[in-house]
Amino acid sequence: MLGYALRRLFLAIPLLLGITFVSFLVIHLAPGEPAEIQTGDLSVQSDAQARQLLRELYDLDKPLHVQYTKWLTRIVRLDFGKSFSPDSRPVLQKIGERLPVTLLLNIIEMLVIVVLAVPIGVLAATRQYSLFDKVTTVFVFVGFATPDFWLALLLMILFGVQLGWLPISGLRSLNWEYLSFWRQQWDFVSHLLLPILVATFGGLAGFSRYMRQSMLEVVRQDYIQSARAKGLAEAIVIGKHALRNALLPIVTILGLSLPGLIGGSVIVESIFAIPGMGQLMVQAVFERDYPVIMGNLVIVATLTLVANLVADVTYSLIDPRIRVGVRRGRR
Amino acid sequence: MKRRAPFARLALILALGLAGCGVEADLVADHAAPSEKPAHGDTFIEALTGNISGLIPNVLSDSASFEVGSLIYNGLVTRDRDLNLIGELAESWRFSQDCLDLEFHLRRNVRWHDGEPFTAADVVFTYETMINPKTPTAYREDFRAVASVEAPDPYTVHVRYTQPYAKALQSWGIWMLPKHVLEPYVREGRLRDAPQNRSNPIGTGAYRFKEWKPGEKVVLVANPDYFEGRPYISRVVYRIIPSQATIFLELKAKGVDSAGLTALQFKRQTEYPAFRKAYHKYEYSANAYTYLGFNLRDPRFADRRVRQAFAYAINKRELIDGVLLGLGREATGPYKPGTWAYNPNVKRFAYDMDKARALLAEAGWKERNADGLLVRNGQPFAFELLTNQGNDERKKVAEIVQASLKELGVQVDIRVIEWASFLKEYIKKRRFEAIILGWGIGLDPDQYEIWHSSKTGPDELNQISYANPEVDALLEQGRTSCHQEERKKSYARLQEILAEDQPIVFLYFRDALPVVSSRVRGIVPSANGILYNFNEWYVPKHLQRYTAG
Repeated sequence: MLGYALRRLFLAIPLLLGITFVSFLVIHLAPGEPAEIQTGDLSVQSDAQARQLLRELYDLDKPLHVQYTKWLTRIVRLDFGKSFSPDSRPVLQKIGERLPVTLLLNIIEMLVIVVLAVPIGVLAATRQYSLFDKVTTVFVFVGFATPDFWLALLLMILFGVQLGWLPISGLRSLNWEYLSFWRQQWDFVSHLLLPILVATFGGLAGFSRYMRQSMLEVVRQDYIQSARAKGLAEAIVIGKHALRNALLPIVTILGLSLPGLIGGSVIVESIFAIPGMGQLMVQAVFERDYPVIMGNLVIVATLTLVANLVADVTYSLIDPRIRVGVRRGRR
Repeated sequence: MKRRAPFARLALILALGLAGCGVEADLVADHAAPSEKPAHGDTFIEALTGNISGLIPNVLSDSASFEVGSLIYNGLVTRDRDLNLIGELAESWRFSQDCLDLEFHLRRNVRWHDGEPFTAADVVFTYETMINPKTPTAYREDFRAVASVEAPDPYTVHVRYTQPYAKALQSWGIWMLPKHVLEPYVREGRLRDAPQNRSNPIGTGAYRFKEWKPGEKVVLVANPDYFEGRPYISRVVYRIIPSQATIFLELKAKGVDSAGLTALQFKRQTEYPAFRKAYHKYEYSANAYTYLGFNLRDPRFADRRVRQAFAYAINKRELIDGVLLGLGREATGPYKPGTWAYNPNVKRFAYDMDKARALLAEAGWKERNADGLLVRNGQPFAFELLTNQGNDERKKVAEIVQASLKELGVQVDIRVIEWASFLKEYIKKRRFEAIILGWGIGLDPDQYEIWHSSKTGPDELNQISYANPEVDALLEQGRTSCHQEERKKSYARLQEILAEDQPIVFLYFRDALPVVSSRVRGIVPSANGILYNFNEWYVPKHLQRYTAG
């Protein structure tokens, strides 16, 4: 088991290198470079001298492979470099101040989704074609089809403008420092309610669908028949025998959504003015802030690879059939 | 709402500039009732769509940083409500008759935010910073004609120029930097790395830095020792809200105190009583115009009659009504009506299809083919009109131009291209036939870079390749005098030629449409927009919304 994991980990290294190389190439090929953007593209003030100075400062005057090698030698020492943005702060510091919010938001979102999607999926599957199933099917399609930004704006209009119950955007009220401790907590939570609601809505739809599908497949299996034939109560048949097996594909999907926890949602963060990773990345792309883009990419790519691995490993942990398969393979 | 940098900044714009004049007539009366005395206190909340990129604006280039920076720092001069240059840190100045010597006398009661006195040494230091080849600034050009800057005593600065430079005075609106704090960083060429670029910048301005939470907010507090007295509004909070739609909703929920509206929001979505009660609306011409430009290397467009024909065929009023819901002004040239350089007596091209047809016929475009297109030497008149993505306004303008020219028998195909590649692949390489674009104009009328025939290189701004010896001479005269009356003559003639020549079809100046919370008093809309006297804005005691700070 450990050997398998290590081998997979080892194989991930060339893959990661490849990813960084291609990304590096692609972002440098995109038109517009930081030196141009910062010296006021196409403005009278944009003088060639300032531009050249920046290009030298950022090594942009060097050939691409030299730039890549330089970047790579730094990154293996876990030095993510400094942002090209005029504040020239370290990339890790920039990511560090954005990460907690995005993580918090996405973990809560994930938990809410799982907690709601599993029962919805199970109920819809066990009562296939019932009213509940039909209602959730409609709900799911609406969820899939609703654009985040539109739903967000509608909710903001309703709860923020019309009813005035919830704040519209941001993370904290402006008078936050002057509130009592519990007021502060409520203030923070109330700012997060709408973003989480919006982010959950779309994800919930997908997840509950997967759950339903997976459950439907399992309940048709022979061992479910035999469990019923043994005279077990339906709750035990579904809750114990069927559910555990139906959860397997969900684990994979959950694993694969790990990198998304870090990446952040651009749309939700922009609309709700939440200073998270998604916004950082978008701004970096607009400014052609290569170190921040690459730093972000490395982290997300690493996590994707790790998440893949973790999904596979946990899969084999909870599914004895796969575990056996691995052993046989090693022999 | 964007605050202008104190420079003449001519930029091909994506964003809105602003300044101008006029307020909705019905609002003038209810400002500042006499019983409501100016009072200190309250917080003013403004929305920025982008994170600021630093706190030393001299080495930055985004409008958000300029807006914040202009409250923290001062220049030697600034612009008043009528756009005249007035002293800020300078008490007075004097030009020599030949425009080569400029002497400033500085205010004596100015202190930096850390308590040190502001002196002539700081002015010399700021100049040295700007011309230091290691300083990554976009404003070096302003100081290129300077021969020397000296400080004969702590409150006198003497500037000598190598040649007369029209923007000399204006260029000293540059934000003054503290020598005692920043000198080591400038010397090492690391001004951007200075801690003052990230927090606690030291300026002389009306507001001091309190905090900057990246991506979230920037907070400034009133400077009690400001040389013109403590400003009334105690705290200014810039909230960073990337989405325009969200800003608008925050405005409705009173989460922000001011924002710039779109024409649609201004006309259709804010005309209900509660909004009109909570906010005052302002409108004035922005410092930017939209135009239809041609590649003059194309023989079809090199013929002036063709360009004039197009000018006649495009109904500008209809364009403004259709695209901006009427919230704009017709452009007759590259200067904004109401500014000192503007010349109203130039040739105008009122909508006239017959004149347009006649001019095209004169230019040889007479016959029509089976599709109804004009033909010359067997070639139908068809061209591609480019504009950039992300600007709905320009796309609509392109569509109206397309329809107008179709009536003339000219086929126009519209192509919308992403901004960065639009600039790099099409504009800079001159690979276009016609474009819809805009110019942001500076407060100084010098437009040498745009119209002079020497400025047609790939990175230069005369993208249409316009060359007219008389225009060249006028531009040279205009930029080498420090006497406004002389300059005015040059630019008046320049506008006559440009109007006659129509190197581009000047379309319109869009209106800037800011709204500000109605509890704020002291706003006097002017040719210079509304923000120029921010320090004098106040909220009467009984209307103050925020007590903290």
